[in-house]
Formats: sequence, C-alpha cells, structure tokens
Amino acid sequence: MRLVAALLSVCALVHIAPARAAGDPQRGKELFQTGCASCHGLDAQGIAGRAPGLHDAGAAAADFYLRTGRMPLDSPRSQPERSEPAYPSDQINDLVAYIGSLGGPPVPALDPAQGSVGDGERLFAANCAQCHQIVGRGGAMPGASIPTLLHATPTQIAEAVRIGPYVMPRFGPEQISDRDLASIARYVAYAKHPRDEGGWGMFDIGPVPEGMVTWFVGALALVLLIRVLGKRAGE
Amino acid sequence: MIRWLVAAILLLFGRGRPEPPPKPGLPPRPTHPRAELLVLALLALVPGAVVVFAVVYFTSANTQLLGLTLGGAFAFAAAASALAANRILPQDTHVEERPELDHPVEQAEVEELVAEAGEGVTRKRLLVLAAGGAGSALAGALVLPALSCGPDATKILSESPWRRGLRLVDEHGDPIVAHAIELGGTITGFAEGADKERLASSVVVVHVRPDELDLPPERAGWAPEGFAAYSKICTHAGCAVSEFRYPLYDPTSPKPALVCPCHYSTFDVSTGGHRIFGPAGRALPQLPLEIDGDGHLVAAGDFSGRVGPSWWGVRKS
Repeated sequence: MRLVAALLSVCALVHIAPARAAGDPQRGKELFQTGCASCHGLDAQGIAGRAPGLHDAGAAAADFYLRTGRMPLDSPRSQPERSEPAYPSDQINDLVAYIGSLGGPPVPALDPAQGSVGDGERLFAANCAQCHQIVGRGGAMPGASIPTLLHATPTQIAEAVRIGPYVMPRFGPEQISDRDLASIARYVAYAKHPRDEGGWGMFDIGPVPEGMVTWFVGALALVLLIRVLGKRAGE
Repeated sequence: MIRWLVAAILLLFGRGRPEPPPKPGLPPRPTHPRAELLVLALLALVPGAVVVFAVVYFTSANTQLLGLTLGGAFAFAAAASALAANRILPQDTHVEERPELDHPVEQAEVEELVAEAGEGVTRKRLLVLAAGGAGSALAGALVLPALSCGPDATKILSESPWRRGLRLVDEHGDPIVAHAIELGGTITGFAEGADKERLASSVVVVHVRPDELDLPPERAGWAPEGFAAYSKICTHAGCAVSEFRYPLYDPTSPKPALVCPCHYSTFDVSTGGHRIFGPAGRALPQLPLEIDGDGHLVAAGDFSGRVGPSWWGVRKS
C-alpha cells in the first residue's frame, strides 16, 4: 500500500514537474535568438512595424503565446491562433524563463477550486460572453476571429485576462480579482460540458442558430398539423 | 341601477322568447339552452381577457402576460364561434336543384326555411349582443398598443440623466475608479442614481493611450488620461455595444474599436466614435469625462449627440 502511495506521489511529481519546473534563461535566450529574433529582435527589443519588444511582456505572455501554439507566427500580420505548440515543454520553460527575466508579470497562480461556478457565470456574462459567447465557443468580429475556450486551461484563461492577447481587452486585478478569475476559470471548465436543462443542447452553437432550429422544426410541425386538420375536414 | 342589473340577469337567465307555436306541417326546431349559455360565457370571457390585457399594458407591460391575455381573448372568441357554429346554428342542408327552384312554390319553401332558421335559438339578441361586445373588446385590445406610438416616446427616449459632475458607477452601483481599468481595458458604467434600463444611462468606458486619441478640436479634454466613454446603445438597432477590440501591438493588428455584436457596427474610439464598418448610420455619442479628486470617473456634461437607434426623427447626430 505504501509502495503504491509512494509510486503515485512520484507519478504526480513527474506529471506536474515539466509544467512547473523553472527553465534556464540562458538556454531560453539561445532558443529565442534562433526562433524568435527575426521578428522580435536579437535582444527582444522588437522591430518597428513587425513585432513588439518583449521587455515587460512577462512570463505570463510568453507562457500563453507559446503553450497555446500561437507563437511563433507564420506572418507578422496574421492573427495568432491556437495550434500545436512549436516547442517541447522543457524548451518552452526555458523561453518563458528568458522572457520573464526581462521583467513583466509572472505566470499567474490560479486555483479554480477557490472560485464558484455561479459567480463565474455572472462575471463571464458581464465581461467575456459578448465576444466568446456564453458557453465560450467563440465567434467572429470585424478584423479578428474569436477563439473557442474549449481547450483553454485555467492558467491560460488567467494569462489571457491579464495580458489581453491580440485584440482582446485587458482586465487588471482591481477590476477582476484573483478570486473572480478563479470563478471565471471554473465556469469555463463547467461550460465545456454544460448541463442542458432545457433539453437538446444543439452543440451550444448560440442563440441565432438555435432560433433557426425553432423555426425549422416548429414551423414544419405546425404545417404538418395544419395539413392533418385540413385533410380531416375534407373527409 | 338595480333595475338595469335585474334586467341583465333576466336577459341572461330568462328563457328568452316564449317558444313559438309549432308551425303546421313542420317539426318544431330543437333548442340548445346549455350550448347557448356556454357560448355566452365564452363571449363574456373575451372582454374580461381584454380588461386584464389593458391592466397589464398600463402597469407592468410584461410582454409574456400581454401575449397571454390577448391570445386568450382570441382563443375565447374562437371557441365561442366554433361552439356556436357546431351546436346552435341549424345544420340543415338544402340541395339546390336549379330547374325546380324557379318554381314559385319551391322558392317560397326555401325562403320560409331560411326565415325560420334562427327560431331554434332562444337568446338570439343576447348572443348577437355578446358577440358584438366580444368583437368590440378585441378591436379595442388591438388598438390599445397604438398608445405606445404616442409623442411621449420621443421625449422619453431623448431624456438623458447625465450632467456635469455626475459620477459613473458600475453594475453594483459602486463608483468607478479610473485606474482600476488597465490600458486596453473596458468597463460598463451607469449614471449614478439613474435607472440602469434608461436608454441614455449606460456607457462603455475604454482606456487607451492618450497619444492614440485624435478627437475633434471641440472635444479636447473629453477623454482625460485616455479614459473615453461612449453610449453603450448602438445607433443602428439599439443593441448593447459590448465588444471592445484593443490591439496589443497596433502596427500588425486592427485598430482600437467598439463593436456591436448584433450587426458588427464598428466605431472608432480614437476619433470620437465614428463608424468605420457596419450598418450604423451615425457615430456613437461620446460622453465627456473628468477624473475627480478621489480618482473616480465623473461626467463633464451630456452626450455629444442623440443616444439610441436612429428613427425618422434622428438620422444625423
């Protein structure tokens, strides 16, 4: 029994370790100079009109952009979109450590268990749902596509709220506290598989297509009913 | 008054006309007193539902209740008509044989049949009266909402609670501290003490870099330290302008803008709310801001233009 527990704790450590281990800033700088410097400049000071400098961007931004595969970007003008990370986890740790050493906010520590789903839904509806849609499936706006939150981890949600990636607005701790952020992360986790109390969830595609389903199904049922009534009256 | 009441009760529960003496040669027509009473009750429910409709209209204007009561009035009228058609009105069928009908005797027979068709109905006048009452009540219910189109609507829609020195509060009623909104952040504000649901009460506050602003000269100082406030109601169809787009790195991204999620009207926050995309016909009205001694956001006056969707009176700001 003790052996199993020991094994489990080792597994837990191994599982957590890659994500939390501190990277090596020196190795990160080498990776940066080969993979990122063509746009961000050799010392991460940025290249005017091409890419921003990363001094004060912070570990939070580096962790978000690299772990969601949004960076590196094929073309400086395209919108960064979620894809498979370009670097293995330990190299991301090194890069995050390097960018973090240039100043800026650290990777936020977040415990979704501290939040409440109900508060999270209210906060999400007030601050996030107008773009990301109430169950976080994303959408579009002029000039940008709005990503789905189906694959976002609590840490990535916290990072995005604090840094405001691409054209997303930014919310500081005085506007959305860390506890509120935990609630939002908890609600987003819940909204990945929401309970559909009303019946068929229709893939959570949003109110407009749901209204169209009502038209097609409801109107068809009405037409059929009218036809049955009309046939009976004719007999 | 009492005499009227007695007369009404007699009219309702009396046997109506005394039974006509049976015509020689024709069987007496069956009467349907119970069906008539039911039809009368249904017809009486129509004005009842309309009265409730009017009460709801003038008190809460709850659209669900309005629909329920008006729909109920129509349902009662429909049930009364269906019942009257099936149970009260004579169901005789006369096959018209054309050549014979020219014969004067046949003609007289048909005329007599038509003339006495209503004889099986004992409370004919009362039924006609009730049907007329139900019809007028329904017509009244349909006309009633026209009051909402009255001249008052324009006045109510153009009223604004904003004046110099009025604080902006958040959804909980707490004053908004300017520096709680980070650069590239946004918050929804309301006029302190005003009804949040009033058209002109809500604003969307954005925080941009002061050097990004290119406001018209007459609006100099309207956005202190880069805090700018615009009406939250889209000038196109009146939706909430709730999406704020603020680029992390502007040379490679779309510029800062407020976007209405309904039809994607896009308003430039740097130049005073001018429309840069979408169906809106005019700029988003801007609210001049000041930061008071406690660091709270306060209004420095009223909006730059008429708030809310465009209609025939309001095309240009």
